[in-house]
Amino acid sequence: MENNMNITSAQYQADMDGNNSGIQATIDGQEMSVPLDPANRHYAEILKQVEAGTLTIADAE
Amino acid sequence: MTKARDLADLGNKTSLDEINDAYDAGALSNRNMIINGAMQVAQRGTSSTTDGYNTVDRFKMSNAGNDEAPTASQQVLTSSDTGVWEKGFRYSYRLTNGNQTSGAQANDRIALQHIIEAQDIASMGWDYTSSSSYITLSFWCKSSVAQNFYARLQTSDGTSQGFAFETGALSANTWTKVTQIISGDSNLQFDNNTDTGLVIEWVMYRGTDKTGTMTLNSWGAFDGAVRVPDMASTWYTTNDATFEITGVQLEVGDTATPFEHGKSYGEELAKCQRYFYKVDGAGGQTYNAHIRQTSGSGTQAYAQEINLPVTMRASPSVTVSYQDLHKPGVRYDTINSVSATGSQQSVGLIYDVANADVNSISTQVRSLNVTADAEL
Repeated sequence: MENNMNITSAQYQADMDGNNSGIQATIDGQEMSVPLDPANRHYAEILKQVEAGTLTIADAE
Repeated sequence: MTKARDLADLGNKTSLDEINDAYDAGALSNRNMIINGAMQVAQRGTSSTTDGYNTVDRFKMSNAGNDEAPTASQQVLTSSDTGVWEKGFRYSYRLTNGNQTSGAQANDRIALQHIIEAQDIASMGWDYTSSSSYITLSFWCKSSVAQNFYARLQTSDGTSQGFAFETGALSANTWTKVTQIISGDSNLQFDNNTDTGLVIEWVMYRGTDKTGTMTLNSWGAFDGAVRVPDMASTWYTTNDATFEITGVQLEVGDTATPFEHGKSYGEELAKCQRYFYKVDGAGGQTYNAHIRQTSGSGTQAYAQEINLPVTMRASPSVTVSYQDLHKPGVRYDTINSVSATGSQQSVGLIYDVANADVNSISTQVRSLNVTADAEL
């Protein structure tokens, strides 16, 4: 599938135990919380862009 | 026996067994695999120039390389829309071309897509690996420019397969019903899961990077460089040209039955909410639900859970906007930040607020807007 998602930022979110629970991302100008679910199209695109070397996910604060 | 024949004969059935046979053949309700085929539901808005899902639910504008972006919109039909109005359609999806000042380029694209879950195709009753088993896609369309358009199907599971067909020459500004019968094929595969199963794409224009010589009306291994035949650019090079579509139906069998109008708006909305849900707090409305104090990441945090009305296809991406917390009889309180998590059944929000004296029973969130997106 052709995908035009423009992902300008991505940072892991951590739960209270410090485990990564999601990604806070800006996609097409919109800030959103993306779950770590491969069936989620935003997460799938984040993984694709990370693999392509065009996106880095920052560590959780 | 065809479903059209079944429908015509239904009134002549004299036994329960005969009626059951007709029902098993798919003659009655729930035969349309397209969600929102009459373009009634538009949770996100009614007009957008942004690529993706932004207007009519379940239908996605896909564009690239344009000098000026096209506009997608939900269009209200009138009695002047001869053909579709009499059939009971009241909305269409309209794509309005931008001004493509540099003409039609090789990588340009304007298209409309509808994507169906694999499990829904796998279980629709189509013996899809048999070349003598059929599904039928039908829709009404109208173009402001006379042209023949292409459309195509694409599968995802196994070795991806493609199937392209044409609308036939459309007369300008005339609603035309297009019917395409699609056979099964031994190479088709639809897994029983929630991932992409079948993509349906209507092509207003694709440049030569993605077009070429191919056989219409038959399945073949998907070729990303040849999705549809080389096509006319008349529509694409006409500023503000429009293409409208409604009454989209995909059903088992080799006959296009009348569009399945029976579903209420509420039923159609619920089907759409498997893929997108929205809490709309426009106009300062308050949303009062399950706020309680929690430890959270800050010292003054409150948690809220929004139960989704329909189990979503996958865990959704969540967007949140808000004005403030409203504490009736006390005051408003500033929200410093919100963290959100989405599951298939609910959205959880944790608010970090300025003050800690919120009454956990009566607290409301003013102008809360939440979206949960689990689209394909």
